Amino acid sequence: MKKKGPLYALFLSLILLLPGCSSLTVLNPKGPAARTLSDTIILSILVMIGVLAVVYILYIFVLVKYRAKKSNEGYIPEHEEGNKVLEAIWIIIPIIIVTFLSVVTVKSTHAVENVAKEYKDQKPLVIYASSSNWKWHFSYPEEGIETVNYVNFPIHRAVEFRLYSFGTITSFWIPQLAGQKYAMSDMLTKLNLSADTAGSFIGKNSNFSGKGFAHMEFEALVMSDKEYAEWVKEVKDTAPKLTEDEFKGLLAAEHLGRKTYSSTHLEFSPPPGDHSEHMSGDGTEMDIDNGNMDHQDNKDIHPSPEPSSQTEFDSEPNPEVNEPLPSSPVEEHTHEGH
Amino acid sequence: MDLDKFKVHGEPLIYGAMISIALATIGILVGLTYFKKWGYLWREWLTTVDHKKIGVMYILAALLMLFRGGVDAMMMRLQTAAPEMKFLDAQHYNEVFTTHGLIMILFMAMPFIIGLMNVIIPLQIGARDVAFPRLNAVSFWLFFMGAMLLNISFVIGGSPDAGWSAYFPLASLEFSPTVGNNYYSLALQISGIGTLITGVNFIVTILKMRAPGMTLMKMPMFTWSVLITNIIIVFAFPVLTVALALMMFDRLFGSQFFTMANGGMDMLWANLFWVWGHPEVYIVILPAFGIYSEIIATFSKKNLYGYTSMVVSMLLISLLSFLVWAHHFYTMGQGVMVNSFFSITTMAIAVPTGVKIFNWLFTLRKGRITFTTPMLYTLAFIPIFTIGGVTGVMLAMASADYQYHNTMFLVAHFHYVLIPGAVFAVIAGFHYWFPKVFGFRLNERLGKHAFWWIIISFNVTFFPLFFLGLMGMTRRMYTYSEETGFGPLNMLSFAGAVGLAIGFVILVYNIYWSTRYMPRDTTSDPWDGRTLEWATPSPIPAYNFAIVPKVQTRDAFWSAKQDNIPLFEDKITKIHLPNNTGKPFILGVIFFFLGFFLVFSMWIPAIVAGIGIIIMLAAMSFDRDHGFYVSAEEVIATEKKLRGETV
Repeated sequence: MKKKGPLYALFLSLILLLPGCSSLTVLNPKGPAARTLSDTIILSILVMIGVLAVVYILYIFVLVKYRAKKSNEGYIPEHEEGNKVLEAIWIIIPIIIVTFLSVVTVKSTHAVENVAKEYKDQKPLVIYASSSNWKWHFSYPEEGIETVNYVNFPIHRAVEFRLYSFGTITSFWIPQLAGQKYAMSDMLTKLNLSADTAGSFIGKNSNFSGKGFAHMEFEALVMSDKEYAEWVKEVKDTAPKLTEDEFKGLLAAEHLGRKTYSSTHLEFSPPPGDHSEHMSGDGTEMDIDNGNMDHQDNKDIHPSPEPSSQTEFDSEPNPEVNEPLPSSPVEEHTHEGH
Repeated sequence: MDLDKFKVHGEPLIYGAMISIALATIGILVGLTYFKKWGYLWREWLTTVDHKKIGVMYILAALLMLFRGGVDAMMMRLQTAAPEMKFLDAQHYNEVFTTHGLIMILFMAMPFIIGLMNVIIPLQIGARDVAFPRLNAVSFWLFFMGAMLLNISFVIGGSPDAGWSAYFPLASLEFSPTVGNNYYSLALQISGIGTLITGVNFIVTILKMRAPGMTLMKMPMFTWSVLITNIIIVFAFPVLTVALALMMFDRLFGSQFFTMANGGMDMLWANLFWVWGHPEVYIVILPAFGIYSEIIATFSKKNLYGYTSMVVSMLLISLLSFLVWAHHFYTMGQGVMVNSFFSITTMAIAVPTGVKIFNWLFTLRKGRITFTTPMLYTLAFIPIFTIGGVTGVMLAMASADYQYHNTMFLVAHFHYVLIPGAVFAVIAGFHYWFPKVFGFRLNERLGKHAFWWIIISFNVTFFPLFFLGLMGMTRRMYTYSEETGFGPLNMLSFAGAVGLAIGFVILVYNIYWSTRYMPRDTTSDPWDGRTLEWATPSPIPAYNFAIVPKVQTRDAFWSAKQDNIPLFEDKITKIHLPNNTGKPFILGVIFFFLGFFLVFSMWIPAIVAGIGIIIMLAAMSFDRDHGFYVSAEEVIATEKKLRGETV
């Protein structure tokens, strides 16, 4: 069959590329979360190649054997209703495969939605990552510093990114360290990652967000504890404070280079509430792990559960803005619990 | 009123498009006048209620849109062929990929399929027409006017630019202030209403108008697939109608359904969109399964293997298609439980789909396979679609999707599903049923040339995208830097796109060539078909069947030929047919203007158009038109002429 040629060549190259290919970023992980995902992907590729092989072998066999040729001219095939046993086989085997992959999926999803087990006993470093127009703001509440379009964090450390947006939906992605997650204006999402290799990794927004989307990238620099401590100290000593006016200017700008500040925008522009507890039973588990502590300091920094009333997008006068929102019981619940 | 809103920012490409649209329009108008075809056009096409002619118009419109969407695709592949290309700017690129998606799904794949079902379904079930022929014309004109409204956006006011999924808040007035997304909400709304009406029409047609003896489990597989598809349409499209209406309120009247403040929820849009959007995928793919089933049975000279499990699997797929929408936003932070649930339902779809693949393979087994053009597309579908299917299972795994989401891997996957699953199917169906409608075949040699170009180029275009996805290239990027290393594979993909374009040009040339030179068939059954549509003469008379067939077996026409089971036993009597009417066309035109005025917030003309629509609807509902009869003598004469004295 002529058309198989290119397909097989491509498949062969796929298999050859898999093991050592460093240009396939996603399959070249540098941290436990991305490694779990990479292993899952490779496992699923292998299973699927098995499925393809069965279909292709059967396909080639039938096409070669039963094609019309001179020797079977005039042959009229018999009526054939089907076969219960055969049909049961190609129902049951796929069900087994899907069940197996479902188990893998649930386990790996659980693994990457929580702190990697190697780093379970650490208190994670919290970094707020928020997007506006086509740039990323990184706020370190513990250190009291903020950067734009680059993020530094220590190696072998659990990092918890808390994601939100000052505008369109964006998706925060550092392919070699973790899978992506959406950043939205009305909800805080969490992304756990840690790196076990020092170095510079590319991070980006992967969800289309308008005309500057293609350039919305940032650098994630993983450094040793010592280097990190030095960097934080240097920022605190030398970088200017982030004032509210300055921050409004940052939000309004379309693209920016790197910026560094010795205070965060979280004080005057708190992030939206965290709804994740209500999305599944799982969020509570996360809470037990890294605890009330987090929620406590969360509260200190963001005393008000209201959506940020001071971002540029809310500047239009609107009578309802200061009233409690009756339409979002979700938020009320979140804060009732604590 | 602000005339600046009509202007599209100056770019040679857009001016070129404007000029070519203007020239083509003038050319058509002059041509129609010169050849005195206005009357013919009005009598035979614009006012027709004949399901076959409406089907042909659907297919023509879909072919036109295939080329519009194809040009968009070429521009995208060219723009990303090398790093830092300067062919399109970001805004233009955003409009191009948005309209590419909209046009290919809503104005190409779906109408092509609806066109085929319009032509074939009444024939396949032994009926003389659809249940509501005038409503059918309304459906077509609403679809057509919606499509035209979206198309003029390119030169008047600017196209939608927030992606075909139009996620909020990006698609809101705040972040997309041009009229582009107004076009989105109105063009889709108008054609969507047309589709919804089609859904109702065909469910009734198939359930109530089958030939005597054709029980549900004796229906041809294409009819089954169309029945299930239309049930999906009736359940899914109201969601789109509501979502688009809310979007229109947000954009035109300042409501706050999907905004970032005042209780609006951006994810509400994503949910509504995909509750419609995922079933929509099956709306274009299930009929394709039906088409392939017919073709495989015909060209392997066998009845379909595992008919019952084929039907059950389609029913299961349609059910599951409503339970998987959240897999489109696994990464929105919905937690392990929700993601796991949707992972499992999504992967479950692979089971019934796999059943179909194996049933097709076993239909081929012990058959006598001939490689005609429609059969080649069908055979190519199996291995290529299987790649699309298995990558779909990979994407369904929520954890792994955190890495694929929004990347070229996803783009590769859905092209591997939709092109073999829908595009090859409509091309196959087109080649297969063409002689039924027009009375002559398309040239096989040219058909096979086009086939090889399309199949090989398809793989060259889309296979590299899997790797680009794993390299971290996100979709919808209008440019990238040299260091990313995305360049070579994108260039390969562009080369493939050129090959695809050549394939489609050959395909169209084949239509032209065959129309001029192919011998007219003396038989009405060129492929030795199995189902009832091949029992009518070609070209098909307005009343389809002179005598309503009586069905006793599944492949009724095959049994009639093979085992001499008689199909037509009654005497020829007078036949009732509906009159042509111009009202659906006029209604469509008014809808077009209503949409246009609303896009630009021109309230007074919009209100006038709205009143016009109400008047037209009233006029249509009070219409007392009982159609007309074709006398028995006339039917006998027509049949004799068409069949050469055999009746």
